[in-house]
Amino acid sequence: MDAIRENLPLLLQGIGTTVALTVLGYAFALLLGTVLAVARVSPIPPLRGAATVYVEIFRNIPLLSLLILIAFGLPDVGLLLPYFWCGVLGLTLSSAAFVCENVRSGINTVPVGHAEAARSIGLGFFGTLRFVVLPQAFRSMVQPLVNVFIGTVIGSALCSAIAVQEVTWVTQTLNIRYAQAVLMFMIAGAVYLILSLGGAALGGAIERAVAPGGRNRSSGRAALDVTAGAQA
Amino acid sequence: MSTTSSTATQVLFDAPGPKGRRRILLLSVLSVVLIVALLAGALWQFHANGQLDPNKWVVYLRADYLAFLGRGLWGTLKVTALAAVIAFPFGLLLALARLSRFLLLRSVAVTWIEFFRGIPMLLVVYAFLLALPAFGVTFPRFWMLVIPMILVSSATTAEVFRAGIRAVDIGQHEAADAIGLSRRDALIHVVLPQAVRLVLPSLILALVTLLKDSTLGYVVSYNELQFQGKTLVSITRYLVQTYLVVSVIYIVINLLLTRIALALDVRMKERAVAS
Repeated sequence: MDAIRENLPLLLQGIGTTVALTVLGYAFALLLGTVLAVARVSPIPPLRGAATVYVEIFRNIPLLSLLILIAFGLPDVGLLLPYFWCGVLGLTLSSAAFVCENVRSGINTVPVGHAEAARSIGLGFFGTLRFVVLPQAFRSMVQPLVNVFIGTVIGSALCSAIAVQEVTWVTQTLNIRYAQAVLMFMIAGAVYLILSLGGAALGGAIERAVAPGGRNRSSGRAALDVTAGAQA
Repeated sequence: MSTTSSTATQVLFDAPGPKGRRRILLLSVLSVVLIVALLAGALWQFHANGQLDPNKWVVYLRADYLAFLGRGLWGTLKVTALAAVIAFPFGLLLALARLSRFLLLRSVAVTWIEFFRGIPMLLVVYAFLLALPAFGVTFPRFWMLVIPMILVSSATTAEVFRAGIRAVDIGQHEAADAIGLSRRDALIHVVLPQAVRLVLPSLILALVTLLKDSTLGYVVSYNELQFQGKTLVSITRYLVQTYLVVSVIYIVINLLLTRIALALDVRMKERAVAS
């Protein structure tokens, strides 16, 4: 217990860094992922192609490889970024690919008739997207987006491999100094579980809030939709 | 229904008229210019810092370097395959436990699944690397990578199997019931064969996840691809080049697996529509 008392500021700082990595990485990923999804469903072929290539690259590269490439590779090509922001960048680039796929398959769940109705009352591409398709697509996207959030929480731990002083890094360092492995891993594990389960609970609440007429359980078949993708 | 992307396209806009086509052409040209500019900027940045020097790239055509990375790739494939062979059946058992009638079995499965889905695999690896040795329990490096992969993957595939079991039509259960099959026989002979077929594409995607997780061999110094890359960097000092080559290998393998999963998924859906 002394190990905790003496290092409380360091531990709290580590927890704060983990939360900051996750929240920033996820927020930027939502932004970038939505832009990519719009590009992927747009009528402009080069944008569609570029977004597809992006998704295929960042969905299939291991996050650890990406983080190492960013943190240790960028300085070699003349771009210096603090390690924390390297972590945020890696999490954003990776999670955005999954957000894009979820948004796209969410858009696919909206019946074509709704969009036709929107166009028949004179809405354009962005109008249809903004007022008719996305609000409906969002409902089927909540659970997959919660999964991306959990993926971001878990991925943030890998930032310790590029010397970001988040909670895994702090507890591992303290473990080496105090040899209190079990205690340290319990603390780190609890932080991640609280973040993951908290995110899942929040997602569940949002899903219930936006569900039309209490239809809030996705069917098993929908859960199996591979286009939605799972995150590492 | 055609492919998914054209469905999305169909949802969002009509076939464009002459004005729309002109606008699409203009935006296409603009975005090509933008994309080319971005790529050129990146290449210039590489060139300005001497990273395009051919000498730094041709080393990856040397037989001994290729063999070195090849050994890493073999290590990666070996741990991934072994972890999958153990974790997938284990995941199925966990899914069945989670759907069981016995509260105790159910709660053990739920706790296991939520725990290993909610914590990073890196933490599990560290537990094997740093915590267990404190109690005199040590594993070879190979198992310090494979066991965490199995623990984490069993939890995620359990959810895949559960979704598959739930996706089997309720009528199938009723029919099994009607011909007098017991709950167990119905599960073994009617529900599971269909569920396993349904989840096949998702299991291939789980393989992609496992392959990505195997990079944590970097942490425990097991000779998989990412770690071999690290070793190669300490010899050549060509950091960007080495890790780019390694990343491309991962992307190509995973891309192939993803393609197979999607093709299987399309076939399953066609069959579901046909029946």
